[in-house]
Amino acid sequence: MTTAPADVAPAGIGATARITAVPDGLGGTRLPVLESDGPLALRRTRGTGAYARVTVVGAMSAPLGGDRLAVEAGVRDGAALAVDSAAATVALPGRGGRHARYDVRLTAGADARLRWLPEPLISARGSDLRMITRVELAASARLVLREEQILGRYGEEPGTLTTRLTVHRAGRPLLDQELSYGPGAPGGWDGGAVLGGHRATGQLLVVNPDFELNPPETTLLGDNAVLAPLAGPAVLVTAVAADALQLRRVLDRALRTFG
Amino acid sequence: MDTSTPDPAAPGAARTALLVLADGRFPAGGHAHSGGAEAAVKAGRIRDATDLAAFCRGRLHTTGLTSAALAAAAAAGVDALALDEAADARTPSPALRATARKLGRQLMRAARATWPCDALDALAAARPRGAHQPVVLGVTARAAGLGPEDAAHCVAYETVGGPATAVVRLLGLDPFEATAVLARLAPELDQVARRAAGAAHRALAEGTGTLPAASAPLLDITAEAHAAWPVRLFAS
Repeated sequence: MTTAPADVAPAGIGATARITAVPDGLGGTRLPVLESDGPLALRRTRGTGAYARVTVVGAMSAPLGGDRLAVEAGVRDGAALAVDSAAATVALPGRGGRHARYDVRLTAGADARLRWLPEPLISARGSDLRMITRVELAASARLVLREEQILGRYGEEPGTLTTRLTVHRAGRPLLDQELSYGPGAPGGWDGGAVLGGHRATGQLLVVNPDFELNPPETTLLGDNAVLAPLAGPAVLVTAVAADALQLRRVLDRALRTFG
Repeated sequence: MDTSTPDPAAPGAARTALLVLADGRFPAGGHAHSGGAEAAVKAGRIRDATDLAAFCRGRLHTTGLTSAALAAAAAAGVDALALDEAADARTPSPALRATARKLGRQLMRAARATWPCDALDALAAARPRGAHQPVVLGVTARAAGLGPEDAAHCVAYETVGGPATAVVRLLGLDPFEATAVLARLAPELDQVARRAAGAAHRALAEGTGTLPAASAPLLDITAEAHAAWPVRLFAS
């Protein structure tokens, strides 16, 4: 963790949900740890193939200002885990104007596969959320990860949202990105260099050791999205869009090809 | 230490070195790059001085801060190869990685001729096709007797100076107006340079993972499209 929490609101909720995925010895995956906590309720849902699937439900009304939520998922060597969510996560204002924090910590071991495909994060007016996602991958692990940020509910001004996505592969940095939007962000976030008036932005990251030999080529996905290889065996789709629907359409196109 | 190298502890001792390094006429090839402004002009996102100011401000607080911190860390003595790797992770666009390495290679040539030293030679040998430009700039600043905040200032200023100069050529914007945009950003440039220098000191103790990673989606997206244009005025 790179930043210490500024403070903890007495009124805020602290909750950490945990998932551990291990091979079941029959070609599938079992979940010896599946711990819900507070507003983060985890349900095992029907997976496909070797994947165990977990759906995060009930996070709809969180995080509020002052909350400190975390999800930890560990995919052990050879296991396969898919995580999604039942609904969008809406960051809402809390009492006393404190910021909320949402930490996602993901690890995937040798030959492990992780699909992390939550619904969008919506930054409601007056909210202030810092979301930090840290991913540690073994060299042979595979990852598909989607992040979508929607600035404001329909027709609403956004809150303040800062998200950092840090991915290490075999202990080395592969991707490190921080995005900051809304009234509490540094100036220029809505200008022509950053968002240019768009209210939805997102990324799809695919890490696959096979890309070491066959790196995908840069592909423009319309005027406002691009799929590009990173410096390691991974591709990143970066997109901005007018709204959540258009954003998902672009990211889904790439997901069908590489997911 | 060579007796011609100024003592960085003496206030203002290296001020002239800073002017030489930050000068647009320093032969490091930066003038051929618009910092994403050419693509933004074509897309209609920069039409006047107001748009230019918003563009520059956004670039300054995102890629500007990230690059300034990399340069400051290199000037503070953080391992240049670790910083080069950190720069790769902070540059998801292959076109921008190529640009950063090309500019790094050009700066390296000028820097080795200007302030020859072992650190520059070692980095040039380890990255013959070029290290990321801010990393080279930080090592150069150190060689010139400059400190982390000086290096951060150079990079932060370049982050906004490039687009402002380019827009004068691309839009025929009044050069006085473009310069006024830069002057009005001065307090924010100082603030970014200070933040970058603070982050560099932290990186010395805690590693490159603590450095800022602020990024700008539109710059990353449009850089790839721009690199594919058959005809363009600027290289990036």
